[in-house]
Parts: sequence; C-alpha cells; structure tokens
Amino acid sequence: MGYLIETRNITKRFGGLVAVDNVSLGVNAGEVVAVLGDNGAGKSTLIKMISGVYPSDEGKIFFNGQEADINSPMDALAIGIETIYQDLALAENLNVYSNIFLGREKTKKFMGFVPVLDHDYMHEEASKVLKKLDINIPSLRNNVRTLSGGQRQAVAISRSIYWNAKVLIMDEPTAALGVAQQKQVLDLVNTLKDHGIAVILISHQMHDVFEVADRIVVMRRGEKVGDLVKAETSTEEVVNLIVGSEMVK
Amino acid sequence: MNSSLALSIERSKTLRVVAKNWAFFFLLFFLILFSITGRGFLSVMNFQNIVHLSVIAILMASAETFVIITSGIDLSIGFVMGLSSVTAGKIIQILYNSGNHSAGFSIFIGISIALVLSLIPGIISGIMIAKYKVPPFIATLGMWGITNGIALKISNGFPVAELPDSLTKIGNGYTLYYKPGGGFSFFGLPEGVGNEHIRDYIRLIPNSFLFLAIVLFILYFLLKKTKFGQHTYAIGGNEDAAIRSGINVKKHLIIIYTLSSFIAGIAGIFNIFQTGIGNFTPFGAMYELFAVAAVVIGGASLMGGKGGILASVVGVLLIAVLENGLLISGVEPFYRFIAVGLLLILAIVIDELFPDLF
Amino acid sequence: MQNLNNHTRTGLLLKIGRQWALLFLFIELIFFSFMARGFLSLNVFQIIFFFGTAVFLLGTAELFAIITGGIDLSVGYVMGLATIVSAKLIVAFTKTGMGPGLSITLGILLTLVIGLLPGYVNGMLISKLNVPPFIATFSMLGISHGVSELLIAEKAAKNLPQLANTIGNGYFLYYSKGIGFSFFSRPEVARRVKVVEILPNVVVIAFILIAVFAFILNRTKFGQHTYAIGGNRDAAIRSGINLNRHIIKVYMLASFLATIAGVLYTLKYVTGKADAGASSLLDSIAAVVIGGASLYGGKGTVWRTILGGLIIAVLETGLRIMGIPTFDKYIIVGIILITAVLVDQFFPERTYKE
Ligand SMILES: Nc1ncnc2c1ncn2[C@@H]1O[C@H](COP(=O)(O)OP(=O)(O)OP(=O)(O)O)[C@@H](O)[C@H]1O
Ligand SMILES: [Mg+2]
Repeated sequence: MGYLIETRNITKRFGGLVAVDNVSLGVNAGEVVAVLGDNGAGKSTLIKMISGVYPSDEGKIFFNGQEADINSPMDALAIGIETIYQDLALAENLNVYSNIFLGREKTKKFMGFVPVLDHDYMHEEASKVLKKLDINIPSLRNNVRTLSGGQRQAVAISRSIYWNAKVLIMDEPTAALGVAQQKQVLDLVNTLKDHGIAVILISHQMHDVFEVADRIVVMRRGEKVGDLVKAETSTEEVVNLIVGSEMVK
Repeated sequence: MNSSLALSIERSKTLRVVAKNWAFFFLLFFLILFSITGRGFLSVMNFQNIVHLSVIAILMASAETFVIITSGIDLSIGFVMGLSSVTAGKIIQILYNSGNHSAGFSIFIGISIALVLSLIPGIISGIMIAKYKVPPFIATLGMWGITNGIALKISNGFPVAELPDSLTKIGNGYTLYYKPGGGFSFFGLPEGVGNEHIRDYIRLIPNSFLFLAIVLFILYFLLKKTKFGQHTYAIGGNEDAAIRSGINVKKHLIIIYTLSSFIAGIAGIFNIFQTGIGNFTPFGAMYELFAVAAVVIGGASLMGGKGGILASVVGVLLIAVLENGLLISGVEPFYRFIAVGLLLILAIVIDELFPDLF
Repeated sequence: MQNLNNHTRTGLLLKIGRQWALLFLFIELIFFSFMARGFLSLNVFQIIFFFGTAVFLLGTAELFAIITGGIDLSVGYVMGLATIVSAKLIVAFTKTGMGPGLSITLGILLTLVIGLLPGYVNGMLISKLNVPPFIATFSMLGISHGVSELLIAEKAAKNLPQLANTIGNGYFLYYSKGIGFSFFSRPEVARRVKVVEILPNVVVIAFILIAVFAFILNRTKFGQHTYAIGGNRDAAIRSGINLNRHIIKVYMLASFLATIAGVLYTLKYVTGKADAGASSLLDSIAAVVIGGASLYGGKGTVWRTILGGLIIAVLETGLRIMGIPTFDKYIIVGIILITAVLVDQFFPERTYKE
C-alpha cells in the first residue's frame, strides 16, 4: 500500500500493564488518521513510540517503506516526524518567528566574521510558511504570549511544517480551545492534508474527528479494535467500538 | 487585578511607552529633580563621579542579567570580584616587587591569571546547577562562601597594597582631554604641558568609561544579536521547549554561569585599576543583591525570560542617581536603603499591573 | 544522574546518607576535641549555643518561609531593627520613671508587636501583589536597615537598666557544691565555693520558643498547611486553604522570630545595632539547607535546621579556638552547603520508581 508511516505489531508494556498491544497502523501521505479511545486506551503511548519518546518492546516502525530506527525524539525529528505536544513547547517570551526558528536560528555574518541573528530572513521565511498554511497572525514580531490558543497551535504547527515535517502527530490539539479556535485548527489540519502531510490526530471530540479525518482507528485497552474509513462509518459505530459494546447493537 | 487601569493603559500608546520604560523615565525625572534641588548635581564632574562609582555595580548587574534571564540567580559574583581583585593584586605585588619585572608586565600577568581564575567558580556552579540540578541559589551561595574565604586567605584579611602607580594612572586617567579652543588630546595631556596649564584642559572621558562601554557593547551584542543570546531567552521562557528544539540547555547554563563569574572577574580588575590596591569584598557589601535589585528594577523577572543589558544599566543608574542626588541634596544617606527597597517594590507592582506590555 | 534510586544502594548506606548531617556534626566534635585545646568543656558548649541562638532563631524563621517555597532575606535586618527598637523603648520607659522590670517587659512586648509589621508587609507583597519573595523581602531588608540607621542617627539607646544585663547574661541554672541546683539567680555562697553556671537564660528562652514553633510546624493544622503549600500550591488552594492569608501569617511568623532574636541580642549586649543580624542571614539559610530542606518548598524540619545551625556554630567556635582565622569557615560552610544538596540528590527521601 505504501504507507508513509507505519507501525507493525507494535507493543509497549509498563511493568505488567500492556499499554499498547500488538498494534499495526499505517498512514498515507496527505491522509488524516484519527485515533480514538477511552482514557487509558493507549493512544498517547502509541504515538509516543512513533515520536521516539518511548522505545517499543516489540514490533517495528516503518517510514516510507523502510524500517526506521527511532530511539529518541531527535531520531524521529531527523526523518520528519514532528509532534505537537499539548503544551506546544513554545517560548512565550519570544516572538512568532523566533519560535519557528527556535534552536535552528539563521545567522548572518556581522563585520565578516561575527555570526549574528538574521532577523529579516527569519521574519520573511516565517511569513512565507504562515501564508502557505493560510494562517493569519497580525504581527510576527509579537510575543507568543499575546496570541490566542489557536494561534499558538498554529505557530507550533507551522514550525513543524517549516522544518519539513512529513508526519505530524497531534495529541488532543483542540482540547483547551474555544469553539472558534477549534475551527481554526481543524481548517489548518485540512490545509496540511492538501500539502501532502500525513497527520495522526488524537482526539476525544467526535465532532472534530468526523470533520477532518479520512480514517478512524479505535483503541481499547491497548488493542486496536477498529480501523474504519470515515465515509463508511457513523458516530454510533465508533462510540460502540470505543466503549466495547458493539456486540449489544 | 486592576484590569480597568491596565486596559486604559493598553489603549494609550504614550502611556504604554512610559509604563514599559518607567525606570528610564524615573531616571530622567530624578535627574531633573536633583538638578533643581541639589547644588552641584548638574555638572560634568558629578556625572562622571556617578558613573565612575557605578562601574562595578553596572558590571555586576550585567553578569546577573544573563543569569536572571535563564531564571537563575548568582549570589557569588560579589565575592568572585573580590577574589579576582585580590589575586591580581597579589601576583602583581610579587612580580613587581621582585624587581625583575616591569610594572606593565606584572600587571599584564596579574590580570590575565585573575581573569582565568575567575572562570572557575562559574564553571563549578554551572555544572552543579545544570548537571546535578542543585538550585542556583544554593550552588552560588556555596560558591559565595568559598570564594569569600579564599579571597580572605589570599589577602590575609588586608587589602593588597604596594602596587605600581601606573594602575591608578590608567584606572583614573582620561581617554579624552579637551582644551577649549585648542582641540582634543587622547590618553594623556600633550607633551610638555606643565602644571600651570593643566587647568586649561577639561577631562572629558575617563578611561573607565571607555572600557566599560566596550565591555557593555560586547555583552549587549551577545545577548541581543546572537544565537547564544536568543537561546538564553528561550531557556528562561520555556526550558522544556528549548530542550525539545535541540538546544543543549545544560551546556548553555554552564556557559552562562561561567560568563557571569568572568564578568565579576572583570569587575575585580576594574576595581584594582580604580583603587590601586587589591580589595577583598567586604562582608556586608551585598553587591550581588544590589545587582539583582538593579536588574529587576530594569524590568527583568526572576521567573526568567526577560531583561536586557541596557535596562539593567538604567536600573543601576537609577539607584546611583537616587543615592547621589539624595546625598547632594543633603538627605541622610541611610534613606538610600529605603529608597532602593521602595523602588524595587514599585518595579514589581508596575510589572504586575501591565504584564502583557513587556 | 537519572535513576539513582535506592535499588542501587543498600538500606544501611541510605540511612547513613539521610543522616549525614548528624554524622558530620559528630566528626566535627571529635575533630575539634583533638585539635582545639580546651574544646571539650562546658564553657565552650555554652559559647556555641550562646552565639548560635541568632542562627537557630533566624534559621527557624527562614525554615517556615522556605517550606512554603519562598525565602525571607529580611530576617537579619529585622532582627537588627528589633535590637534598636527594643533598646530605645526600654530606655524611654525607664525615663518615665517606670521600674526596670516593667520597662523591660513593656519594651519587649511592644517590640514584638512592632516586629510583626515587616512580616505583614512582606506577606502582603508576596501574596496579594505577587512580588517574588526574594524581591519583596530584599526590599524589606533595605527598608529595615534604613529605618534602623535612622533611629540610631537620632540618638543611640544607651543606659539600659542593669536588669537587662542580668537577664541577658545570667543563667537559668546554677550548680554549686553543697547547695545543689538553683534557678535564675546565682546562689549565695562563700567566696571559695565554685558555682557552675550551666544554662544561659538566652539559650533557654530561645529553645523554649523554638520548641513552640517546632510544635506548630509538626503538630498543628497551620504546620500541615505550610507543608501543603510548599508541596503543591494548586492542590492546597483547591483543598480550601486560604493561600494569601497563610502566606501572610508565615512571613509574620518569620518576622516575629527575627524580632525575638533581636530582643535577646539587646538583653545580651545591652544595646541596639542595625547590623546585629546581618551576618546571620546567610548562615541561617545555610542551616536550613544543610538541615535537608529544599528551596523548592515542601520539606524541612525545625530540629534538622537546628542541627544545621549547630554544624556552623561548632565550626566557627572550633576554628576560633584553634586560632584559625574564620576565613576558613566561609569555605567550609560553602562546601558543606553544596554537599548537603548533592547528598540529597544521591540519597533521595522518596524512592518512587516509574
Ligand atoms: N509512563 C508510564 N508508566 C506506567 N504506566 C503508564 C505510563 N504511561 C502510560 N501508562 C499507562 O498506560 C495506559 C495507557 O496510557 P495512555 O496515556 O497511552 O492512554 P491514553 O489513551 O492516551 O489516555 P487519555 O485519553 O487519558 O490521554 C494507561 O493505563 C496508563 O496508566
Ligand atoms: Mg493521552
């Protein structure tokens, strides 16, 4: 099938607890896969293995058909797997473009030999990527502190995209947002899809999931219990899978 | 809290500028006030005096600025300064008085060794803080004791004297002299100017200004223009984010504390040039606390993530002008303690009222 | 560094690690017993405690602030202020013709009330205005210092009643052959009979108060809340603790203890001095940290703080007897301080493992 990112029979145990049990999951480029499940179902643990936070106990991860050796977050970043954490990992005291370039600042030579920050370049590049993603932020020189939750999310996402994310993982990106801002973020996810990014989205909001996902993966007690194409399923079916009452139906 | 006030400030652009730079406007205000109330306040000499006396405090505050931006604190700088001054003094004394070495050579060796040594307390604090997660307050308080003790041991509790005169000649000399109608002259009076003509020359720029300006420019540049500075702010703003974006935070923190210590070392060298003797830091001087105060008055936050060299200089000058002005206006000197305390509280309250503006 | 949990260490080693301060104190005592002539004597121990009282009291004050995750830099100069205020008040009361006992009592009581004020201001700034404790209390340090100098500049308090000296330098417990133990006043004995002075009043008073505050910290709701605030501020608020009020009380308490230290100083030296407590400030913070408290808040005990204070007091006295300039004290205290925190890292109290 040629998934861009794929886990095969991946398992993670914490002591006696099997947090993720033999899960295989694949995402194509330009596809949004939503992972659903009750609290403690193993969603976060699954994506943490993909993003290198936890090593897996069993199973393999494939990137572009090749087995990927992901042992740390840096390994994942290096091949283009970016994760948007819930706390977003932004330095609120810095402005928008500085955050997009955080840790990878562009410098230029001052007097021919002293490397100094190239603010103009970073500003320029940042506005390009924001434009490409249809993100509207009044001034890129504003501190992130002054931005709304949705805008911050957008900054975090554009940072990933600017640095060539091919797979973007989002753990409950809309959890802390108001309705209008949730919509902004969902629009952004659609834009990402158009740019050929593979998106893995964890959410508890059924509405979000049905709005943007192409496929819906349901987890329960560490196992994958459903892999549904959105167009062919219903909220009811998904809910039943989540709570484990599909038999009752 | 006080959101209506904060809001009205938000709306008014001028007020916003004033609130953001209140320390600077306060400084201006006091300058004007004391020019009116204090006889002799408004003179080139008095201003030179203020800055001359503030050189050490400005360096201390600059050192503390870097540390505070990372949300740390360095309590050792006051005694690192003393250690550097005493070490340089001792080496110069030994070399120079042996009779085998010129004053210039002795001074050069003395300050070089002292500067290199001044890196060590910072490296140790930095390693403890970055690698072993010792709270900065404790790590540098430990260094505070250790450097103080070593400085006292080296000097045996007495200032290191009998140093070459050229120290104070440089330290208290002037870079630029001006003779009205006769033009400028650099570093010294023109050859052959006798005592009777000395008064014709106005001493414009003390050497200490020039060196201070150079050091400050480099530090300002480092903090505001380079990747290093940017990462310093990032660490103070969100250490996690800094780590995840690949910044080597541990190494960075070690460098920060080393830099702070080094700047304190430079302050020690300034000290020896200005006084002509190697001074240990007196116990109750509290240089480090006043430096922290100045940095906070300048607008930094102990939570990290903000502050700047120039802002800290304004903080130091505000305290200095206040002290000097009160003194010249005939107010008893101990009001200065109270004044600094009140200024500090004011700084925080303003910060608290207008958080988003900074 | 990570995963240095107790699984890699035996239980015994861990126990010793946790009690290293006590161990260190013993080593110190043994060392000085051999190295410092005349160290092992009642007199020297009295000196240790006598000089230690300020550090013990300020340390206890500091401990409360530190357990809440704060710090109080002002205790040293608040102590200084208290020495001056109490001295002046006592002299003033005496001048009105009051008897020495009454003037001393009134003077001290009034000082204790006034001494709550700096703490109240600190607490207000910290809780209501969100000023970081470091800054708020440093401001208060400056203000108390300034006010002290101001009061002294007018006229220094002299000529305290003789009774002050008698209390401040007297002993709680005397022993003489024949008469046995006697309290408070020196027994009337023949010239040649030796009277052993055992417990200095000042030390006794200090320890009674310290015991009271240890009780407050250990056994009362107030103490429990103090730990709760330092452990997890949000949880404390959610469980209904009035954070602001509690913080204000804690800083008032710190200020109160500092004032006590000041009053005792006045009785001891029969005069007031602005910087009476200045040098004890950092010693007291060091004592708290050596005693195992964390600057991040939530832990620390009074008796361990006293232990920390004793380590410093013994060191200072021992070195002085050996004729070594106290320069070394700074170095050693610095090293102990760092060791304290490092040991804490390597022998963690809680050994939660994921
Ligand atoms: N570091 C860990 N150590 C031990 N157990 C863990 C750890 N992380 C997760 N678990 C356990 O693994 C299981 C799966 O947790 P996970 O966080 O992946 O769930 P989740 O689906 O993300 O839940 P939620 O919707 O609440 O975020 C849970 O039972 C959890 O307690
Ligand atoms: Mg989760």
